[in-house]
Amino acid sequence: MNNSPFVLQPASVRSVMVRVLAALLPGVAAYVHFFGASILIQLGLASATALGTEALVLFLRRKPVWLFVSDGSALVTAWLIALTFPPIGPWWLIVVGTAFAIVIVKHLYGGLGQNPFNPAMAAFCLMIVAYPLLMSQWPAGAADFATQMRLIFGNRELDGLTMATPLDALRTALHGNARTTVEAVTGSGPVFGYLGGKGWEWIALGYLAGGLWLLQQRLITWHLPTAFLAGLGLCAGLAHLANPGLYASPLFHLFSGGTLLGAFFIVTDPVSGATTPRGKLIFGAAIGLLTWVIRTFGAYPDGIAFAVMLMNIGVPLIDMYTQPPVFGHKIRNKGKGGHP
Amino acid sequence: MIAAILVMALGAVVLGAALGYAAVRFRVEGDPLVEKIDAILPQTQCGQCGFPGCKPYATAIAKGEAEINQCPPGGEEGIRKLADLLGREAKPLSAEHGVEKPKSVAVIDENLCIGCTLCIQACPVDAIVGAAKQMHTVVDSLCTGCELCLPPCPVDCIAMVPIAETVETWKWRYPVIPIKPRQKVA
Amino acid sequence: MLRRLFAFNGGVKPPTHKSSSTRAAIATLPLPPELVIPLHQSIGGTPRPLVRAGQHVLKGQLIGAADGNISAAIHASTSGRVVAVEARVMAHASGLSTLCVVIAPDGEDAWVECRPVPWRSLPGDQVRDLLRDAGIVGLGGAVFPSHLKLKPGPGSRGSSKGGLRHLVINGAECEPFITCDDMQMREQANAILAGATIMGELLGAEEILVGIEDNKPEAVAAMQAASGRLGERGGRIQIVAVPTRYPAGGAKQLIRVLTGIEVPHGERSTDYGVQCFNTGTVFAIHEALEKGRPLLSRIVTVAGNVERPGNYEVLFGTPMDYVVARAGPKPDTDRFIMGGPMMGYAMPSRQVPVVKATNCILVGSPALFPPPAPEMPCIRCGECAKACPADLQPFEMYWHSRAKSFGKAQEYHLFDCIECGCCTYVCPSHIPLVDYFRFAKSEIWAREREKDSADAARDRYEFRQHREEREKEERAARLAAKAAATKARIGIDPSAGGADTDDQALIAAAIRRTQSATTDLPPAGESGT
Ligand code: SF4
Ligand code: SF4
Ligand code: SF4
Repeated sequence: MNNSPFVLQPASVRSVMVRVLAALLPGVAAYVHFFGASILIQLGLASATALGTEALVLFLRRKPVWLFVSDGSALVTAWLIALTFPPIGPWWLIVVGTAFAIVIVKHLYGGLGQNPFNPAMAAFCLMIVAYPLLMSQWPAGAADFATQMRLIFGNRELDGLTMATPLDALRTALHGNARTTVEAVTGSGPVFGYLGGKGWEWIALGYLAGGLWLLQQRLITWHLPTAFLAGLGLCAGLAHLANPGLYASPLFHLFSGGTLLGAFFIVTDPVSGATTPRGKLIFGAAIGLLTWVIRTFGAYPDGIAFAVMLMNIGVPLIDMYTQPPVFGHKIRNKGKGGHP
Repeated sequence: MIAAILVMALGAVVLGAALGYAAVRFRVEGDPLVEKIDAILPQTQCGQCGFPGCKPYATAIAKGEAEINQCPPGGEEGIRKLADLLGREAKPLSAEHGVEKPKSVAVIDENLCIGCTLCIQACPVDAIVGAAKQMHTVVDSLCTGCELCLPPCPVDCIAMVPIAETVETWKWRYPVIPIKPRQKVA
Repeated sequence: MLRRLFAFNGGVKPPTHKSSSTRAAIATLPLPPELVIPLHQSIGGTPRPLVRAGQHVLKGQLIGAADGNISAAIHASTSGRVVAVEARVMAHASGLSTLCVVIAPDGEDAWVECRPVPWRSLPGDQVRDLLRDAGIVGLGGAVFPSHLKLKPGPGSRGSSKGGLRHLVINGAECEPFITCDDMQMREQANAILAGATIMGELLGAEEILVGIEDNKPEAVAAMQAASGRLGERGGRIQIVAVPTRYPAGGAKQLIRVLTGIEVPHGERSTDYGVQCFNTGTVFAIHEALEKGRPLLSRIVTVAGNVERPGNYEVLFGTPMDYVVARAGPKPDTDRFIMGGPMMGYAMPSRQVPVVKATNCILVGSPALFPPPAPEMPCIRCGECAKACPADLQPFEMYWHSRAKSFGKAQEYHLFDCIECGCCTYVCPSHIPLVDYFRFAKSEIWAREREKDSADAARDRYEFRQHREEREKEERAARLAAKAAATKARIGIDPSAGGADTDDQALIAAAIRRTQSATTDLPPAGESGT
């Protein structure tokens, strides 16, 4: 027989995870619209791998398999991996990445709730370091389904089908030629749209919609997305003001790459992130700053994954130094003047 | 070259002086390790560890002459704390020194007691009151449960009684984790 | 009468389930066949029994005298014969037994003589002693002896007088199902406010704030009407409806809502110029001072898995199943809970007596309070921290309590936790967080007790060793002196004497020595204390 409280709110890890998955759907829909159905294949591959490896590891660890497989946390990891990996990568790329995320990053550290690193981001980092080329081949547009299937499962004759992401294109162009300017690059290439990349900006808007719904559902708090977007936007904005020719505008940064996906779905991962309100602000802003630095000066197309991993290391420290004041121990307390 | 050596030497001297000063300034009185170990030991003074009291055992542990698993009244919990303090591996209680028992107090059967004072002399914490040829009683709030008074009693009138839990000393149990070891794969 | 209210962080809004038990007026029960009155019914020392089996007692007669100042007296709840003074299972989560006075009622319900207390003309200390001997304790559930809370503080800053700035009367009653304070405020508003006025005078309070959750409009109206009737004398009283949010009825939370003052854990609220009493307690104080009647009964809500939920005036010592029988328990009843669903305790038996802490007997069934889903690992979602009214980080405390690193748990302010259960209520991983906190707290207390007794044992042992050392030295000195004297008396010149006589003398000395050693031995134990 249990102890009080005898009544509980009808909440569960599963319902949390299912709602996170639901919030990803608008972004996924836009993805399919602009780049074809291959993302669905990748989502399926990632999901199957995640559930399979999760079940296997749970079985080996002698944990209740069904209880944990059905909690949905593996699916969230899988979907985030699928949405951050190139949709026309070979099938084993995402399978290996997902398996790594679940087996090594999640379960080797103790399973649900214990992993110090964000599994999806760790998988991204691993794969981009191991296969930089494969991880940089993004679709040029919505190729027909058969071609995409061939790219994923069969021979990879890529001519004309892939191109770099807008972020990547911009960075390569700027690095390669000292005289080009942001304006010249973004104005010319076929990948660039109104705000960020062509198509990508709509997907980003989809994520934004899902993220706002998560906020409304009180599954995430405003701290992390705001701090992250502000950190990134501020850095990009200052640099852009200083030298518009060399640094892309903050709007471009906010709507390119994984920024909005990151802001609402990755940075907000509770397990590996900071938990105190002030800690969340620091954590988010620092990721924003690091993301901009890596995007602008680093060698990789996007910086969110590395920024998140770096800041994951600092979480215990951030949490320790940002503990909120406890009831009755606040300075603003009346009664005793200046009671600590 | 010479200047470099001089600078190095000067640095060494300054650092040495600082360290020496710190050693004098912040010296800890006594042997803090023995005190720390002694603070963990239960102070039953029963001698089951093979030493004539908790402090001698603490000293022996500090010197590395005794294992940390020789104190039955301290039990697993005590061993764990000692292991934490000393950075050693925790190990199970050594069987030759005894087993962990529920905490008890000695009770003298007042009808049998002949007032021989032998138990009074044996009790390490003066928990037994009484005088020659008069009935003796154990003050149970003082008794550590060391059992040292049992052997000397010529009429075997002392018994160890486990301390009953009261509402004041009752403890909430560790919450049971209701996850079953392994369910069938669905 | 609009007053600025302050919010506390956190809190939850569980379904209240209050309407069903407020339909009927407070009912009284016929005398039960047997009353089992535990002597230990409040925080502090267990009262000493004053009666023996076979003795006849009157209603209101003192049967347990307060043990020290932190304690409250116990009285016979009706007249009758003491059947036994023995250990019976207590209304406590532990299921342990304590000493109880068992009374067989004689049906007369004959009172001892009760005289009103001229409290206005008595010194404060005497009034407080009278309240202690009337057995008045906090009836909100914490059963802290009330007389201890009636000491005016050292005078609060910003106050012209030496008294209290705010006296808070707690009628918030935030726990689901419980309606005893609600019903009492509806039916006995005058007496409650009269009691509040008395306490206001005892404490020298500048204002009296009655906080009632706004889901009890009838109680608010009744109290407002009563305060209107007080006219001039009621000027200092304000009836304030506070937003309904559990645990708004926690003393610290209500004080915060009404005054904005946060009283930290472990400090006296009088130091902050505020004090808080439950409405039931205020009523009991009024009875004790104006009528001279000790605390013998209280209003108990019976709710949950019963046909006719309601409130009853119950004598202390009445077995719970006797009370519940009136309300018609449904057949699938599986437990009685004392208190509400958020902070109550499952009772070890259905026969345990109603005591001063019993504000509610919540009848449970598997359907009403299903067993929680399996505990999952913490996902650090922070829901618990958002819900915690004490602004704690429950998941951090959980982490350390679970690992039994109690020191760490204390660093995260474990002892500021009021065990309200909000964190467990919201946790999506179904972690019984409060259970871990209760466990950690009682472990820490046990360790402190152990540490204290180990320290005491060490001191006594060292003292004894010291004493033995000293005695040995003294004895050696004494023996040396004696030996010298003996030798001198039998007139042996140590340098010239034969070997034989020398030996004889030494033997004689040894015999004397053993004799003296036994008789000289001090009565051990006495010198040790
Ligand atoms: S009374 Fe006996 S068991 Fe208790 S402390 Fe003294 S010698 Fe040990
Ligand atoms: S609510 Fe539960 S899962 Fe969430 S942080 Fe608190 S303890 Fe962990
Ligand atoms: S039980 Fe304690 S930790 Fe949990 S919400 Fe209440 S005060 Fe906070």
